Parts: sequence; C-alpha cells; structure tokens
Amino acid sequence: VKTKDNFKEKIENVMYMGSFDDDFFDELEETLILSDLGAQTSVKITEALRKKIKETHSKSKEEVMGFLKEILIEMVQVEAVKPQDPTIMLVVGVNGVGKTTTIAKLASRYKSQGKKVVIAAADTFRAAAAEQLDEWAQRVGVDIVKSTTGADPGAVVFDAIGAAKARNADILLCDTAGRLHNKVNLMNELQKISRIIIREGEGFTIHNLMILDATTGQNAINQAKVFHECVDISGIILTKLDGTAKGGIAISIIDEMQIPIEYVGIGEKSEDLIDFDPKKFVDLLFE
Amino acid sequence: MIFEGLNEKFQNIFSQLKRKGKLNEKDIQEVSREIKLALLEADVNFKVVKQFTKNISERAVGQEVLNSLTPGQQFIKIVKDEMTTLLGGEIERMDFVDGRRNVFMLVGLQGAGKTTTAGKLANLLRKEKKFKPLLVACDVYRPAAIKQLEILGEELNIDVYSEHDVKDPVGIAKRGLQKAVAGQYDLVIMDTAGRLQIDETLMAELVNIKEAIEPTEILLTVDGMTGQESVNVANEFNRLLNISGVILTKLDGDTRGGAALSITYTIGKAIKYIGTGEKLTDIELFYPDRMASRILGMGDVLSFIDKA
Ligand SMILES: Nc1nc2c(ncn2[C@@H]2O[C@H](COP(=O)(O)OP(=O)(O)OP(=O)(O)O)[C@@H](O)[C@H]2O)c(=O)[nH]1
Ligand SMILES: Nc1nc2c(ncn2[C@@H]2O[C@H](COP(=O)(O)OP(=O)(O)OP(=O)(O)O)[C@@H](O)[C@H]2O)c(=O)[nH]1
Ligand SMILES: [Mg+2]
Ligand SMILES: [Mg+2]
Repeated sequence: VKTKDNFKEKIENVMYMGSFDDDFFDELEETLILSDLGAQTSVKITEALRKKIKETHSKSKEEVMGFLKEILIEMVQVEAVKPQDPTIMLVVGVNGVGKTTTIAKLASRYKSQGKKVVIAAADTFRAAAAEQLDEWAQRVGVDIVKSTTGADPGAVVFDAIGAAKARNADILLCDTAGRLHNKVNLMNELQKISRIIIREGEGFTIHNLMILDATTGQNAINQAKVFHECVDISGIILTKLDGTAKGGIAISIIDEMQIPIEYVGIGEKSEDLIDFDPKKFVDLLFE
Repeated sequence: MIFEGLNEKFQNIFSQLKRKGKLNEKDIQEVSREIKLALLEADVNFKVVKQFTKNISERAVGQEVLNSLTPGQQFIKIVKDEMTTLLGGEIERMDFVDGRRNVFMLVGLQGAGKTTTAGKLANLLRKEKKFKPLLVACDVYRPAAIKQLEILGEELNIDVYSEHDVKDPVGIAKRGLQKAVAGQYDLVIMDTAGRLQIDETLMAELVNIKEAIEPTEILLTVDGMTGQESVNVANEFNRLLNISGVILTKLDGDTRGGAALSITYTIGKAIKYIGTGEKLTDIELFYPDRMASRILGMGDVLSFIDKA
C-alpha cells in the first residue's frame, strides 16, 4: 500500500464543492509539488490548466482531469533515439542512484533479445564495486572486463572496447563510479572516459545514460545539466519508482532539457526494468 | 530560476520595509511567500513549509524592529532562529552509555550511504572516544554488500563480523553481538540492507533485529538530496523502529538539504552527523545554524540584505 495522501479523493472532494476554484488549483499545485515537480514547473502546469478551462468553459471533472494529464503527457513525451548496434553505453550519475544495478538490468534485457553483451567495471573507486558488478555479470550470464581497485577507469573502458570488438559484441555497457556533479576533478575524469569512447569506439553508436533516483528533489536539475554538459546525455533512466516517490523532478528536467526517459527501475532484481510509458508515469502522480 | 527572481523580489520588498518601524501583516505575507518558495526550492516538504511559515508569520507580526536591523533582516533573523531551534538548537551529541556496550544500527533506503557511514562512524568514534569497534554485516541481499563492508574494515583496520553463506540477518546480528561480548568490543555497528519503508517484510526484519540486539542507537541514514519524500520515509522508519537519530549524507554536493528540516520538524529526532564525502574521514557533527543558513540559501539572502 502506498502511504501517500490520495489526490484522487481530495480532488473529488474539491470538485464536488463547486467549480474549479482556487481551492482546486491550490490542491493541484500542492500535489505536484509533493511529487517533486518543483514550484516553478507546478505553477506552469496549473496555469496551463487554468487557461484550458477558461478556453473550453469545461465544467466536467473527467474532462478537466483529461486536460491536466494531456498537459503533463505532452511535457514528458520526448522521443528517445533507439541506438543502432553495436552500441557503447556509458552509464553515469551521482552516488548510490542505481547505476550498477541498472547495468545488470539492461544486460539482462539485451541478452534476452539475443544480443551479445559485454560490461565494463569502470568503477575502480568504491569498495567492492567491481565485485558487485561481477556478481551481477555471473547471475545474468554476460562477459565482464574488470581491473583492480584504484586502476585508471579510462584504461578499463579502453580494454573493454577492445574486448567488445574482439568478441563481436552488440552492446558494451560501462559502469562508472558515482560522483557528485560539483566535483570538478571527478567530472573531468568522466569526460576523459567519454573521450576514450569517442576515440576508440569507431563503428559503435555512443549512447550515454544518466541514472536518476526518483527520490531526488530539486538537486536533480543541476545533476542533469552538469552531466549533460560533461558527456552529452542521450537518455535518462529513472530508478526506484517502486517506492512512494513519484519522480516528478524528471518532468522538470525533460521540460527544460528535452532529454527523454528511456526506462524505469522498479525494484532490485535484474528483471525490474520497464519501458518508460508517459501515460502510466503521469497516472502515477495522481494515485 | 526561482532563486534569481527571489533575490530581486526580496530586495524590492525590503527596501519598502526599511522605511517602516514595525512589521505589519501585509509585509510579512509578502516576504513569507518568498520564503516559502525558497524553502520549496530547498526540498523542504510542502506541508512542513506551510506550517513553518505560518508559525513564523504569527511570531513576526507586530514585533518591534531592532534598531540595528531593518524589518527585512529582522524577519529573516526570526526565520533563521526558528529553523535553527527546530533543527535541534544546540548540537545534540550522541548518548554514549556508560558501563554498557554501545550498539548502533544503521537503517535507511537503498543507496543512502549506510555501509559507508558505518565505516566512517566506527573510525571516528575509535579516534574520538577510544572505542574498540566491531562492524557487523547484516546486508545479505545486495551483491557484494558484505565484501564492501569487509574492504572498509580492512582499510580502517577495524574488525568485521560476517557470515557469507547465511541469509539470516537477525541471526547474524545476534552472533555479531556475541562476538562483541567475547572479544570485548565496546562499540558495535550493524550495517543493514537498504529497503523501502513500504516493504513490509523487510521492515519487519528490522524490527526483529532491533528486538534481538536491543541497540542503543538506531540511526536513519538519509541522502541529503532527497526531495519531498523524506517525510514519508522518516515517518515510517520512526513509527516502526522509534529511531534515535538521523545521519544526512552527501552534503558535499550542492543540494540545499531541506530534508533536514522536513525530518526534524516531522518526527522531532535530531540529526547527529552529516556525511561530506566518499572518504572514510568525511563525517562531521551536525550544526543546526549552518544547516539553517544552507537551507535558506543565506549566501544569497545575506548578500541582498547588505544591499537593502
Ligand atoms: N527499490 C529499488 N532499489 C533499487 C533500484 N535500483 C537500484 N536499487 C538499489 O539501490 C542501491 C544502490 O544501487 P547501485 O546499483 O549500487 O547504485 P550505484 O549508482 O551503482 O551506486 P554507486 O556506484 O555507489 O554510486 C542498491 O541497494 C540497489 O539494489 C530500483 O529500481 N528500486
Ligand atoms: N559524495 C558522497 N558520497 C557518499 C557519501 N556517503 C556515501 N556516499 C556514496 O554513496 C554511495 C552509496 O553508499 P553506500 O554506503 O553503499 O550506501 P548504502 O546505503 O549502504 O546502500 P545499500 O546498501 O545499497 O542500500 C557510494 O558511492 C558511497 O561512496 C557522502 O557523504 N558523500
Ligand atoms: Mg555502482
Ligand atoms: Mg549498504
């Protein structure tokens, strides 16, 4: 059972009280902000809805709910580019968001599609990061390229690209150490890894993925901006949506940066990854 | 960005306020709207923001403005003081129990920083309090979680109790405690697996560990970048475990860390330490006034007060 206050019920009550008055819009704004959309985006959405109601003179609550969802769906609908294999995916993000686990999920998914997958353990920093990925590689049944703790992550990626070429891999997934976007030297290191991929990955499509924890608040906007500047993000994967957090900050990010969400993480097992569905995502905000 | 706008708006409001001797209701309404936005931007929970600004406004109406301060500064000062008090006033240090073994349990959502913090705390308290610490690896779920704690223990030269082929965290916790008794360790820190607060099975497991080992501290570890959700998480962990305090991690980032206010306001438990980096020495005592400044973006706020 989700513990969140039920917006549907609250909105029902407000709507029965009369028309779409200030109470209704306050309630709506509150719901959006409590879902981490941020004050600015929430106001933008309620204003758009106000305008729509004014234009249509709508008095039907079903219709108004429909308008609202349309506005939101339109905001999050950015077409993801399906990369042409062979592909190198560089997976980045701040600490603890779910990079390593998501790589296991992606590996499992691509493998089940009949693709040859190699993963690179380029987090050579965190304690037992390589062991964690190695255990996943064994569970999922894919090849892994790794090195020792403290080794140069760029060198691991370099070796992994060599291995991917030698083994005719369709997909190379590169795990990286978690890093906060305000750490300049760590972001430079990431850029270096990215340059190695560009240089060595001839013939591969390069697809950089940022992992975003749905529990994150407004800070995620800075994360997305700085990571995007650093390595050119192709898509976002939103993790931990199996919790009660709604991941609303993703809406602000998509709206502002036009980067698509590709997948959604809904658990800790390798199969807990689903395609991003704008409609389901928006519905979840009001559950 | 809201914050750029905020500075400007504040300046306007305050230059008007400056000419008056007292804060009247309308001034306060205007300023508190801006404060509200600043707090939301900092990820303070919306419900907490509403209640908090309401209390502040009530306190501020009719207050005499101190000679040295403009009305605007006075109001900000009220806000900051109130927030500092809520965040714990003076620094609340850990309660170490004399004559009894200190047993800590670290709990929280996935990836919050529990395992790293377990190592940091053991190291810090060994140094500061001369404890002989033992780390106990109760996360049997995450791949290589035990190994992670063992490596931290090795790096720090701190003993780790673990059982590699056993999937019973309650049993491991109990036997870890037995080892602590036998080996005369006076600080035992239990690392537990990350879990969602709505996962009934895993939450029940924590309750069972608690009953089995009777910890002296249950510390909820929370990611400093957490958004509106921090309230739900803190509420549920506290309801089921009656936690003793909070550790806020990853504050070396540029998050404003409003979760700190949301949590203390909601459950009334102190934040005891903060995590400020990935290194095992990156842990500090929590200072309420510093946190209040951070949440308010006092850097920004103070800069315009000077101009006002
Ligand atoms: N509930 C839930 N937990 C998840 C999800 N994805 C990852 N996790 C958990 O989050 C925690 C952190 O995941 P990792 O994959 O280690 O995260 P990371 O980004 O690689 O972490 P660092 O490498 O330390 O920066 C683990 O306990 C995972 O099991 C998800 O979709 N839902
Ligand atoms: N920058 C920074 N990173 C931190 C801090 N504390 C922990 N981390 C990082 O956050 C990530 C997750 O830390 P863990 O200690 O594995 O978190 P956990 O809560 O044990 O995770 P699970 O066991 O999967 O639930 C790692 O990359 C840590 O290095 C901190 O204060 N600052
Ligand atoms: Mg990782
Ligand atoms: Mg852990």
